[in-house]
Amino acid sequence: MTQAPDSIRFILNDTEVSLSDVEPAATLLDFLRLERRLTGTKEGCAEGDCGACTVLVGRHAGESLVYETVNACIRFVGSLNATHVVTVEHLAASDGTLHPVQQAMVDFHGSQCGFCTPGIVMSLYALWLTDDNPSRAAIEKALQGNLCRCTGYEPIIRAAEAAAKERPAAVFDPITRTRETVATRLKALQATETIVIGRGEDCLIVPADAAGLAAVLAEHPTATIVAGATDVGLWVTKQMRPINPAVFINGIAELQKIESSEAGLTIGAGVSYTAAFAVLSSAYPSFGRLLDRIGGEQVRNMGTIGGNIANGSPIGDSPPPLIALGATVTLRSKDGARSLPLEEFFIAYGKQDRRPDEFVETIFVPALPAGDRFAAYKVTKRRDEDISALLGAFRITLDGDRVKTARIAFGGMAATPKRAKAVEIALIGQPWTEETIHAAQAAFDTDFQPISDWRATGAYRMLAAKNLLMRFFLESIGERAQLQRFEEVA
Amino acid sequence: MDKSTFEDRQSIAGPMHSELRHDSAHKHVAGTADYIDDIPEPAGILHGALGLTDRAHAEIMDMDLSAVAALPGVVSVLTAKDMPHSNDISPTHLHDEPVLADGRVQFHGQPAFAVIAETRDIARRAARLAKITYRDLPHMIDVADAMAGGGELVTPPLTLQRGDAEGELERAPRRLKGRMRIGGQEHFYLEGHIALAVPGEDDEMAVWVSTQHPSEVQHMVAQVLGVPSNAVTVNVRRMGGGFGGKETQGNQFAALAAVAARKLRRAVKFRPDRDDDMVATGKRHDFLVDYDVGFDEDGQILAVHATYAARCGFSADLSGPVTDRALFHADNAYYYPHVKLTSQPLKTNTVSNTAFRGFGGPQGMVGGERIIEEVAFALGKDPLEIRKQNFYGDKDSDRNVTPYHQKIEDNIIRQIVEELETSAEYQARRAAIIDFNRSSRVIRKGIALTPVKFGISFTLTHLNQAGALVHVYNDGSVHLNHGGTEMGQGLYTKVAQVLADSFQIDIDRVKITATTTGKVPNTSATAASSGSDLNGMAAFDAARQIKERLVAFAAERWQTTPDNISFVPNHVKIGEELVPFAELIGQAYVARVQLSAAGFYKTPKIHWDRAAGRGTPFYYFAYGAAVSEVSIDTLTGEYLVDRVDVLHDVGRSLNPAIDLGQVEGGFVQGMGWLTTEELWWDEKGRLRTHAPSTYKIPLASDRPKIFDVRLAEWSENAEKTVGRSKAVGEPPLMLPISVLEALSMAVASVADYRECPRLDTPATPERVLMAVERLRGL
Repeated sequence: MTQAPDSIRFILNDTEVSLSDVEPAATLLDFLRLERRLTGTKEGCAEGDCGACTVLVGRHAGESLVYETVNACIRFVGSLNATHVVTVEHLAASDGTLHPVQQAMVDFHGSQCGFCTPGIVMSLYALWLTDDNPSRAAIEKALQGNLCRCTGYEPIIRAAEAAAKERPAAVFDPITRTRETVATRLKALQATETIVIGRGEDCLIVPADAAGLAAVLAEHPTATIVAGATDVGLWVTKQMRPINPAVFINGIAELQKIESSEAGLTIGAGVSYTAAFAVLSSAYPSFGRLLDRIGGEQVRNMGTIGGNIANGSPIGDSPPPLIALGATVTLRSKDGARSLPLEEFFIAYGKQDRRPDEFVETIFVPALPAGDRFAAYKVTKRRDEDISALLGAFRITLDGDRVKTARIAFGGMAATPKRAKAVEIALIGQPWTEETIHAAQAAFDTDFQPISDWRATGAYRMLAAKNLLMRFFLESIGERAQLQRFEEVA
Repeated sequence: MDKSTFEDRQSIAGPMHSELRHDSAHKHVAGTADYIDDIPEPAGILHGALGLTDRAHAEIMDMDLSAVAALPGVVSVLTAKDMPHSNDISPTHLHDEPVLADGRVQFHGQPAFAVIAETRDIARRAARLAKITYRDLPHMIDVADAMAGGGELVTPPLTLQRGDAEGELERAPRRLKGRMRIGGQEHFYLEGHIALAVPGEDDEMAVWVSTQHPSEVQHMVAQVLGVPSNAVTVNVRRMGGGFGGKETQGNQFAALAAVAARKLRRAVKFRPDRDDDMVATGKRHDFLVDYDVGFDEDGQILAVHATYAARCGFSADLSGPVTDRALFHADNAYYYPHVKLTSQPLKTNTVSNTAFRGFGGPQGMVGGERIIEEVAFALGKDPLEIRKQNFYGDKDSDRNVTPYHQKIEDNIIRQIVEELETSAEYQARRAAIIDFNRSSRVIRKGIALTPVKFGISFTLTHLNQAGALVHVYNDGSVHLNHGGTEMGQGLYTKVAQVLADSFQIDIDRVKITATTTGKVPNTSATAASSGSDLNGMAAFDAARQIKERLVAFAAERWQTTPDNISFVPNHVKIGEELVPFAELIGQAYVARVQLSAAGFYKTPKIHWDRAAGRGTPFYYFAYGAAVSEVSIDTLTGEYLVDRVDVLHDVGRSLNPAIDLGQVEGGFVQGMGWLTTEELWWDEKGRLRTHAPSTYKIPLASDRPKIFDVRLAEWSENAEKTVGRSKAVGEPPLMLPISVLEALSMAVASVADYRECPRLDTPATPERVLMAVERLRGL
């Protein structure tokens, strides 16, 4: 049952693939197009933003086999062990009959130049598998990671609605048809030992568990830890940086656990945004709305909360709300574990408090005490799938009508995700009124000196940051101070 | 004969005016439509990558390429000196556009060398290993820099003038001046540039390239190689989007692939990474518009004087005709009694800007609509009222002469606008919005109705020609080829419909084939929305020739007269007899009738004297209008497009499904241009928005939440175009000017609509918020 630890094995459509010669930086897209000549999957941007390369990857999540859209351009082959990769070529029946999703795209004139179409078909297919009556909001969410430059999307939306109702015999659908056998086969492909391909430092490593990861990092302190690859992928495709030895941790089940207790949530570092969405959005609804605006669906399926923290970007979207909520991060190495407040993890631009042999293991998010108010707001040029110009997270506790505690953190305003301590001080002890907000707005100038770049000018960042505090206040007193495209579904 | 079939079939499948699917739709969704990178590679193929410079303006003192050449897998490194005959690919033959920079860098990212390697990955890695020594020269990045720096032009400017604008401005009861900055736009075709060159015998070179202009690629490759055009064959089955970005910009990749293929005698492919594509190829021009308008208290415009200054980049490329077209559309649908319009095609140290859907027209029109808005705010009126008041008159009116002295004879803008105003309930909604804004503190709304009038024809008159090649094989199946290219717009489908309709045969009897310079020569770019008009007519002409021969043959064989012979669904009716089409063809072949024809078409009536600024540059006009409603957040400047209603004129549509797709898609693309798509250069002249992570085109969730698009079904082209249809590619791109203006109204609400917010474009959330702040401070 167990496999030899010197190859990456997965199922590609209906064929089992075993690769013992894989470069650490080899991408799934190149493998599909160049090695297998499966050219239906297209390269549009090679950075996970356009979705032309969308394929489905099936994997075991706990006991269930889930299929998720991913961007093949930034998905490394080394991360595919024990998965089922499904490409557009697999959708139509062997006699050429199109899948309902494909047929609807034809019938509703959903393709023009056709280049984005295979990726769109795959995103709609993933939606089709899980939702037979999708709302427009759900369809738009499913398409958040797919760019189309020709159609204006309207016919694609209509196609998605029509396809959802078409449910031919299960035998016709390639994933439904093989779900059980694939589940069994993938279990057999799961490694119980660390996979190593290559020699010395020029290798890729796939640890089987967290202890294995700790051992690998002790041996290879210069290793690149690759979780979702939504950032590391670009180091390869755009900067052409070597990432070896590359350690792929996306298959480690221990790091994908979410534990909920009265004290709060413990989120494994390998939990994807998609997997975190349900718990975070129910505990902190505003956090959920924020998660929905990180990347596209493909990026949320791959990208992890742990990775978003570990790479320390000043515009990472999850650190500010986590800091505002008082989260702590636990790092682990062969020598044991240590925890620290998340805000202390970020030392300076590009510098985090992580030793080379450590990895981020879990993030603990304290439960929000009853009566606390919390909100996180992301401001971008384009509403969805855009990197934040700024992001503000606010949490206050009121004592009567006065502010008892305040924790406010921003991204995009400094070289690291950062607390707005002067603003907090300006609020604490003051009555929760518009006058207090006006006074506290001035304190932003003490906390931040934001830069100007292509996402926004410093002046805009500062003004919008101050105004987000006002939005937080206005919403707390029941005023409508934020746009919503769709009414929230309770 | 076979009467039963005919009785059952009153119509062919896929005639003109039917909602036929895109011919490749099935292949698109199955992943089996081949783009150039999907074609099986010839054995021994090599791959190229561009070596980019990193100065905006500099002299190259030294270029050390030893590390590039030394990387294992690198086969060859090309520089300007390796161009066999010419290093020039300027499409207007001004000799200002080198294939590779020769001694001087004129924009940040200009290619100075090319690497040819065993794999694309190696070529890309090697391209980063060059050590180039520069001597920096002063650089000018944007329009304001260029104006301050003396205003060097890349091509002669144009002036359109009628009446005495300066004098009337002095005399006008009201007068105001303003300036507007209009941003550029990256095409973001989903399939980036790509070229594959395969060397043949002697001097032959076959090139597959993602281009809208195969004949130009052919000529450029021939010029660079120093061979006659007959040695070069250019092929393109389909592009993954073009939008004007593949009108001239593919030349460079094709030329480099061909040069390397000739030198190394192996097939060579160039497929730049998206970032390189965005850095090294041209975009829509951004403009700085200075306007001066005179009007009366009722809102009647009396005189307009405007200057349209454009960032053209380092070379002319198509900047001449692009800036010309900006002037041709500065009037949009309005009559200016006295007018003077001047273009300023400025040279800058940026990538050379190029064609983009609308070709300068959109920028011209945005400037014209800003003037309307200014007048409306100045008088405290609804801009729609000012619009209606200033529309061109009808054919017999004395208000129907354009700034270029063409008389407008097909004006339907009033009908379009009035129908839309009613169907979209514009007046009631506007009143409700004004009411909403009174009581809403943070969220404000805006609504606007804007018209579009767009001139159809290449303004360079000789480009208005096209050819087609039609073969009827002796089994009755038909082979169609024409000079137009397919980039998603459904041109192949429409032309096939024209041909099927002409022969009265089912569309599946028509084989659509890839565009190639070997079948139809000397073609114009598929551009200026002209594809269906020109190529449809050329195919129609080819069918006419073959049909005439068939009729002559049948008249003789059946001993009747030609007027007794007609083409009916899948048959030819000869007297009372119905002969299946294929059967007639079989007999005609045996009788040695020529069953192949080259069709040709040239647009009638048009002429243009650029020096005089007078003529009839456009065969006809396409019209449309849109009502957009938006909400803005006055704390952050974020906004949503809540509802859009469109009524658009495509004449008698050749294919309503495809045309509707063009209108919807054009709208969203134009909306992106005016809202979130921002090109941002830093002080060094580096484009920092060079990938989809930083350059934001619309997503599904950006499209109008309610999006009701209709074609004006009652419209029919006044001119004798194919099936009385109208061009549809570009005009809808300008409909979302209504979005910009709705945003403007929402912003204006914070100062009780007293001031024109003067939003520059793209109206990003930042620009919206800053306009809100500015107005609040007034």
